[in-house]
Amino acid sequence: MSGIEVKNLHHTICEYDDEGNIYEKEYALNGIDLTINEGEFVAIVGHNGSGKSTFAKHLNGLLLPSTGDVIVNGMNTKDEAKIYDIRQYAGMVFQNPDNQIIGTIVEEDVGFGPENIGLPTDEIWKRVDEALALVNMTEFRHKSPSKLSGGQKQRVAIAGTLAMKPKCIVLDEPTAMLDPTGRAEVMATLKKINEEEKVTIVLITHHMDEVTAAKRCVVLNDGKKYFDGTPREFFENVENVKKIGLDVPQVTEISHKLNKNLDFVNKNPLFIREFVDNFVEKSKNKPIVVDNSVEMVEKSPFEKEKIVEIQKISYVYNDASKYKTTAINNISMDIYKGEILGIIGHTGSGKSTLIQHLNGLIRADKGQIFYKGKNIYDKDFKMSELRKHVGLVFQYPEYQLFESTVLEDVCFGPKNMGADNESALKMAKRALKMMGIDESYYEKSPIELSGGEKRRVAIAGVIAMEPEILILDEPTAGLDPKGRDELLNNIRRFRDEENMTIIIVSHSMEDMANLAERIIVMHNGCIEYNDTPQNIFKEYKNLEKIGLAAPQVTYLMNEIKQRGIDVKCDIINVDDAVCELEKYLQ
Amino acid sequence: MLRDITIGQYYKTDSILHKLDPRVKLFGTLVFLVTLFMSNNVVSYVLAALFVAVVIKLSNVPLKFIFRGLKSIVFILLFSVAFTLFFMDGERILFEFGIIRISVEGLIKSLEIMVRLILMIIGTSIITLTTTPNDIADGLEKAFGFLKVIKVPVHEIAMMVSIAFRFIPILLEETDKIIKAQSARGANFDEGGFIQKAKGMVPIIVPLLVSSIRRALDLATAMEARCYRGGEGRTKMKPLKYKTADYVTYVVYALYFAVFVAIKVLM
Repeated sequence: MSGIEVKNLHHTICEYDDEGNIYEKEYALNGIDLTINEGEFVAIVGHNGSGKSTFAKHLNGLLLPSTGDVIVNGMNTKDEAKIYDIRQYAGMVFQNPDNQIIGTIVEEDVGFGPENIGLPTDEIWKRVDEALALVNMTEFRHKSPSKLSGGQKQRVAIAGTLAMKPKCIVLDEPTAMLDPTGRAEVMATLKKINEEEKVTIVLITHHMDEVTAAKRCVVLNDGKKYFDGTPREFFENVENVKKIGLDVPQVTEISHKLNKNLDFVNKNPLFIREFVDNFVEKSKNKPIVVDNSVEMVEKSPFEKEKIVEIQKISYVYNDASKYKTTAINNISMDIYKGEILGIIGHTGSGKSTLIQHLNGLIRADKGQIFYKGKNIYDKDFKMSELRKHVGLVFQYPEYQLFESTVLEDVCFGPKNMGADNESALKMAKRALKMMGIDESYYEKSPIELSGGEKRRVAIAGVIAMEPEILILDEPTAGLDPKGRDELLNNIRRFRDEENMTIIIVSHSMEDMANLAERIIVMHNGCIEYNDTPQNIFKEYKNLEKIGLAAPQVTYLMNEIKQRGIDVKCDIINVDDAVCELEKYLQ
Repeated sequence: MLRDITIGQYYKTDSILHKLDPRVKLFGTLVFLVTLFMSNNVVSYVLAALFVAVVIKLSNVPLKFIFRGLKSIVFILLFSVAFTLFFMDGERILFEFGIIRISVEGLIKSLEIMVRLILMIIGTSIITLTTTPNDIADGLEKAFGFLKVIKVPVHEIAMMVSIAFRFIPILLEETDKIIKAQSARGANFDEGGFIQKAKGMVPIIVPLLVSSIRRALDLATAMEARCYRGGEGRTKMKPLKYKTADYVTYVVYALYFAVFVAIKVLM
C-alpha cells in the first residue's frame, strides 16, 4: 500500500555497564501505531523529550525499530536492500539550517540528492531547476548558503529533498530557529507543495499556529500516542492540552475562558475569523456593564532612575569582504533601573549588535554610552567592572557550557570576577536555586541534562555574577511551551525580587506582550518605535511592513472592531481580552 | 575579528582563468612550482615572474587582493632573508660585526630566497582565488582517481575537503560567538603567562569541540537522509569536461616549460 504505516513501534535506548550488561533501559517510543496516507498534512506535537524527533527518524529508516515495523510505501525499513528507495520516498528536513546544507552554492546543494541516487547529469539539472522554482529560490541559485537568511536556507533544504521527487517530506521542527518572516515563508512553501504537488507533509513543531494549518494532528506524550485527530478536536480540550505541557492558540484560549463564566460557543474556534463570526452573533453592541473603573495609572518609566544612557552610537561592520554594513546607525536611548525592556526587530536589524555594546563587547565607532553616569569609553573606566554589572546571555547559551559539572560551570563567572572558592560556590548555588535547578543536579555533567535544563544552567552562569542588568538574547528559542513559561516566570521573578533590570530580545510577540513593560522596535539599525507594548502593537500594520507582527489577540480585537463592535483595540494579552469581551456578552 | 581571516579565499569575478578546468589549474600550479625550484639565474626568475604577471592579469583579480595573502607570511619572509643575509659564509665580505657577517654571496642568496618565496605564495594563491573550493575538491578527485585502484578513498577525501571548506566560515563565526559569550562571563584571554593563557582557552575549545561534533553528527544524518552512500554509483551535476581552452592551456604550459629548460641548459 502507499503511504506510511507504523505498527507497534518501540524504540529503546539501552545503557550498558562495563561488563556489557544492560543497566538502564529507556523507552523513547513505546508502542506506536499510526497510518499516514498519501497527500496528508500531519502535524506532530509533544513536549521536549516526548519522542517526536525519534519518531521522525523512523519514517525514513534513519533509525530502525527495536520491535514493531515501519512500512513505507509497502517497503519495510528493516529491509536493507530497500533503504535508499525508502529515503527517496520520504525525504527529511531538519531543525538547524546550517547543519544540513552540504553544497557551497545553493544549486549544488539541491543537486546533492539526485547525484547520490545516480541520475544522469541532464536529469539532475532539470530536477534542480524544478525544485528551486517550487520553493521560489531560483534567483538565489548561485549564492553561497551563508549569505541567505534562515527561512531561505530552510527553503533550500526543502528543495534539496524535493529534487529527489519524494512522495512525503518529514520536517523536524524546521521553523524553531527562524524569525516570524522565515517561519511564514517556510509554512507557505509547505502548504504549496502539499496542495499543488500532493506531497505528504509530516511536520513536527512547537508552534501551535502551525498545527492549526495542518489537517491532522498527532500528539506524542512520553513515547506514546496520546491523540490522533483534527487540530480542532485536540485543542477543544484546553485543560488536557496544558496538562501535557503544550499550548493552545490564543483565540482558542480566550474562547475557552469566556465559556467558563458565560455561554459563548459550543466548540472553541481555532481561527480569528471563526471567533469573530461567533462573537458578532452573540454580542450586544454596547457593553452592559458600564466601565467606571479608573484607568490604571502606570508608572511612567521616565520617573525612574536612569541606569544606562546611550547617546548617538553608530557601528559599522567591516568585513574582509568588499561590503561594509552599518549595523546600528545613530541610536540614542535610555534604560531605567528595574524595568523589563523588550527589543524586537527582524533578523539583521541590529538588535544583537546593540546589546553587545551594553557590556562593552563591541565598541561603538561613534557616540557615547554612560553606565550610572560614567562614560564607559573613558580611559579610567574598567570594562571588567562593567561586565560584572551587565550580564549578557547569548542565544542558545547552553552551547557555552564547558566544565565537567553543573556547579563548576556556574562558578566560572564569579571566579573570573575575583570571588574566592567559597563565595563563588555560594553565588553559584544561589543562582541555580533562582533558576529552579535543585541540588541533585550540582554534580551532574551539563551534557546529561535536557535542553531546557541546560538553558537554565547556562543562564544561572550569568546570574551568578549578580549583575544589575540582565540581557537575554532569544532566551526561549527552541523551548517547548512549558519550558518557555517556566523560564519567563523566572525572569519576571528576578525583577520583582532582586530589582534587576531586564533587557530581552525575542521574536515571539506573545512573550513580549506578556513580559515587557516597554518595547523598542529596531529596523535597519535605527530605532523605529520606543513605547509601551500596547502602543507598539497598535501599529501592527506598520510592524508587518518591517517583518514583524502583533500577538494574535491584537489581531482578534481589531477584527472585531472592524465588524462594527466598539471594543478596545490596544489589548495584547489573553486575560485582558477576556475581561473586555465579557462585557459585551453578558 | 576572526571573520577577517581568509583561508583559500575565492574571488568571484569573470575571467578566462575562472572558467578553466580545475585539473588544468592544479597541473599548472605544479609545473610552476617545479620550474621555480629549477631556477638558478636571473633570466629564469624574470621568466617565472613574467608568467605570474600574465596569469594575474588574466585572472582579473585586483592586485590588492593578491598581495593581501603575502601579509601573513611577512614574518617568515623577513626571518629567512635576514638569516641568510647575516649568517651565510661567502668570499667577498662587505661588513662584519661579531658573528654577523654580510657577504656579497649572502646578499644575492637572500634576494633569491625572497623572490622565490614571494613568487611561490602568489603563484599558488592564484588557484584558490580563481577556483571554488568545491571545484578544487572535484579536480583533485578526478586527477587522483587512478589511486582508487590501490584502495585510496579518493572520493571520501575529496568530500571531506569540500565539507571542511563549507564549514570554515560557520565555525569561525561560532568561535567568535563563544569568545564573546565567555568574555561576557568575565573570562580574560589576554592576561597571564603562557600556561595561564593555554588554560584560558579551555572555555573556548571545549564548547567548540562539542558543537563541532554535534554539527558533524547532524550533517552525517542529513547526508544519509539524502541517500548518500559514498562515491559508488554517484553521478555529477557538474561533471568536469575539458574544453578547447583547457587543451590550449596545456600547450602553453608545455611551451613555458620548454623555454625554461632551454634557458637552464644554455646559461
